[in-house]
Amino acid sequence: MRAPDSPIITKGDVLLAVDNVSLSFGGVKALTDVSFDIRKGEIRAIIGPNGAGKTSMLNCINGFYHPTEGRITFKGETRQRMRPHVAARGGIARTFQNVALFKGMTTLDNIMAGRSLKMRRGFFWQVLRHGPALEEEISQRRVVEDIIDFLEIQAIRKVPVGKLAYGLQKRVELGRALAMQPELLLLDEPMAGMNLEEKEDMSRFILDVNQQFGTTIALIEHDMGVVMDLSDRVVVLEYGRKIADGKPDEVKRDERVIAAYLGVPH
Amino acid sequence: MDILYKIFLEPFALMASAPDLLLQTLWEGLVSGVLYALIALGFVLIFKASGVFNFAQGIMVVFAALTLVGLHEKGVPAFLALILTIGVMFVLAFAVERIVLKPLVNQPDIILFMATFGLTYFLIGFGELIFGGNPKQMISRELFLPQGSTDLQLLGGLVRVQHIDIAAAVIASLMIAALAVFFSKTRIGRALRAVADSHKAALSVGISLDQIWVIVWFTAGIVALVTGIMWGARSDVSFALQIIALKALPVLILGGFTSIPGAIVGGLIIGVGEKIGEFYWGPLIGGGIETWLAYMIALLFLLYRPQGLFGEKIIERV
Amino acid sequence: MFYREAGQYKTSYAADMAVFPLRQDRIGLAIIIAAAYGLAFTKNDFLLQAVMIPFLVFSLAAIGLNLLTGYAGLLSLGTGGFMGVGAYACYKLMTAFPEVNVLIWILTSGFFAAGIGVLFGLPSLRIKGFYLAVATLAAQFFLQWAFNRVPWLVNYNVSGAIEAPLRTLFGVPIMGPTATPEVRYLVVLTLVIFLTWIASNIVRGRIGREWMAIRDMDIAAELMGIKLLPTKLLAFAVSSYYCGVAGAMLVFLWYGGAEYTVFDINQSFFTLFMIIIGGLGSLIGSFFGAALIYMMPIGLGMLLPAILAPFGLSIGSETIEHLRFLIVGALIIFFLIVEPHGLARLWQIGKQKLRVWPFPY
Repeated sequence: MRAPDSPIITKGDVLLAVDNVSLSFGGVKALTDVSFDIRKGEIRAIIGPNGAGKTSMLNCINGFYHPTEGRITFKGETRQRMRPHVAARGGIARTFQNVALFKGMTTLDNIMAGRSLKMRRGFFWQVLRHGPALEEEISQRRVVEDIIDFLEIQAIRKVPVGKLAYGLQKRVELGRALAMQPELLLLDEPMAGMNLEEKEDMSRFILDVNQQFGTTIALIEHDMGVVMDLSDRVVVLEYGRKIADGKPDEVKRDERVIAAYLGVPH
Repeated sequence: MDILYKIFLEPFALMASAPDLLLQTLWEGLVSGVLYALIALGFVLIFKASGVFNFAQGIMVVFAALTLVGLHEKGVPAFLALILTIGVMFVLAFAVERIVLKPLVNQPDIILFMATFGLTYFLIGFGELIFGGNPKQMISRELFLPQGSTDLQLLGGLVRVQHIDIAAAVIASLMIAALAVFFSKTRIGRALRAVADSHKAALSVGISLDQIWVIVWFTAGIVALVTGIMWGARSDVSFALQIIALKALPVLILGGFTSIPGAIVGGLIIGVGEKIGEFYWGPLIGGGIETWLAYMIALLFLLYRPQGLFGEKIIERV
Repeated sequence: MFYREAGQYKTSYAADMAVFPLRQDRIGLAIIIAAAYGLAFTKNDFLLQAVMIPFLVFSLAAIGLNLLTGYAGLLSLGTGGFMGVGAYACYKLMTAFPEVNVLIWILTSGFFAAGIGVLFGLPSLRIKGFYLAVATLAAQFFLQWAFNRVPWLVNYNVSGAIEAPLRTLFGVPIMGPTATPEVRYLVVLTLVIFLTWIASNIVRGRIGREWMAIRDMDIAAELMGIKLLPTKLLAFAVSSYYCGVAGAMLVFLWYGGAEYTVFDINQSFFTLFMIIIGGLGSLIGSFFGAALIYMMPIGLGMLLPAILAPFGLSIGSETIEHLRFLIVGALIIFFLIVEPHGLARLWQIGKQKLRVWPFPY
């Protein structure tokens, strides 16, 4: 689902580059001079203590916030003030720290809403709901049913998501993001508030998505075990600055990271 | 060209050539602005303390004034009627808290907002059922409100000032000052602000929502009563006032929903703006633009500054 | 007993996505529509003119507002104004081009309302919730003023009123003083069924999902590639179209003539109340709400005098109007507290109970 004019990026190339990004609200600096990249096909973790600016970073990447300084390059294209829907069209999808599902809609409708971008039939056909519009609706439904099968949520297909348990909501939210068939999937604490079993399920889904669909994943997570097992590379933020970047093993041994997490005696 | 002249030059020429007329218009704008500000103040009080956008504030003004006049018509002496009306406003506050607000704690704001539509229509029906739909005279003399007017020699003309308007401005200022102190200095005031931020959080630190809401709705009821008396003394007491009271909404948009100074400044801007607009530009398009000018001003303002004059910029989070 | 889905298997996604997946529901709908058409042959003028026509017209207006407020989550207090735009546009079109069939003009008049709706919907990108409600009040008061003060809109008629001219369809008068209630009822019924079908198509497809997505979580919707402004403006346009057509039908197929006061703020509020009581985000709820709000005063008007008469008490029509306000206000609060999803949810629960009857689960 790549736009025809964008460059072809193969596995291992830089998909997204963050260059010297700073972000401030009034006087408060959320991010200071952060640079890192995300390569095609990898699982990239962003970790750091609370308030390190992880979510702000994701917000910058998909255009919800605009960096005060610095650049973000996605698929070789740099956009200054990108709107969120443009990012979505470019192939960036995400889930949220506090589940942001459409609470009044069913699981099915939520995931179908994720297919909005792929649906082309205009207002005229929508009004009739016959011919092309209905065909499109059915073909998209097929894709959505595949996702539902993949995530093993068939039973809650027609349940309004507001009524679901938290863990299931997280799963539906992942499904909605997958429905966009993104090139880059941003996951903001996908396992927050889950028990061990749910975490294992979710880890398996994340790995499957990465391996089966080749989706690049950027992930914020607090559970270090999960991060170290899943991710290919880790970037560590503290107080809005990058303090480490590298393979999980390297990061784990980095003194500044240990200090940030455990505190250092002064 | 002619139309441009009429829009951009003629009104200003008129202002310059007859400054006394301009002053008179300004004064009348200010006075209706004070009344808008008073209604807006009732909104702000409730919004600050319960996060409820109380659409019924306008009808509370009418209801309070009607109760006062209605009681007097039944033969109750004026000041006893005043005290009884205060009692009625307390009962109303108590009933609203028990019947409407309490079951709706923690519902989305918009649901509470719509509940106040229901309250509005209930009070209209209830008031009309009891007091009838006909306009009534405010009992200004019995309440020792000043009457009559003074003509001032100003800028080469006469400017007429109603005494009741001066009284309204003075009383409004006193009341606003008292409320400001109440809000910032007392224990209840602090609790009110806590409740406004989050119902749940306030409950968890041991603030009694019931009590706070009764107090704040009662306070808003008193503000409504004062507004009703002042307004009734200028025209008469009828349900038509309810439509005019809606003008407090644009005032709030200008001033922000949580700012008392905002309500005052917004009220004055809207009051003056619509009087000037009506007097100098209204005739160009057939007059009567007072009915919507305030809303249009607010609408345009919203596009430019959605958070109001005194509101803080909102940072959205996900 | 008879309301069972057992044995009805859905073998395609199309069947699963139908409005009424259950055979019993489809049969029920067919019976209701047939009965609705059958009513025209009762020749009961009171039933048709004073009950059914206004009920259908208000239902259409309620559907219009429900698309905007219930589905897209944009609260509007300008419904009366938008209905008025439809009525006045229809009037101008009918009198300017008398040779064109009036049904075309009724359906066209909605587009003018849609245009005005989009114009006043523009601020919705930056403002939400009750801020937007106040912004739509600007539309309400401005439009009402325009209907009153712009004589061109009423063809310089000194009375300031617009009146239904005599118009025919296949030689039968369908509008104007000589059109019978039966004919007008049939026209209204057909239009309302047609437009309801279209509304149901829209809300079940991509557009409806995008509206609901914006209603439930606008930030997430935008991050999924839904453009907020065009989607919201489309909601304003479609909603105002429905309101506009309802306004045109209100004046020309029900009242026969009207002044600007018909489209005052109370009209906006009562339409809003219809969808709150009927059910936000439910088309069938729009009908329920319109039925309750519109027919309640009629019922009160007939019941109360009958109840009070034996006690030697009489009750004026004014008192009934006051009671209407009082009861509607109380009902709004009652529904918001007890069943925020309105009559439509009660209907669903009832159907669910019936499916499993005589067992509780």
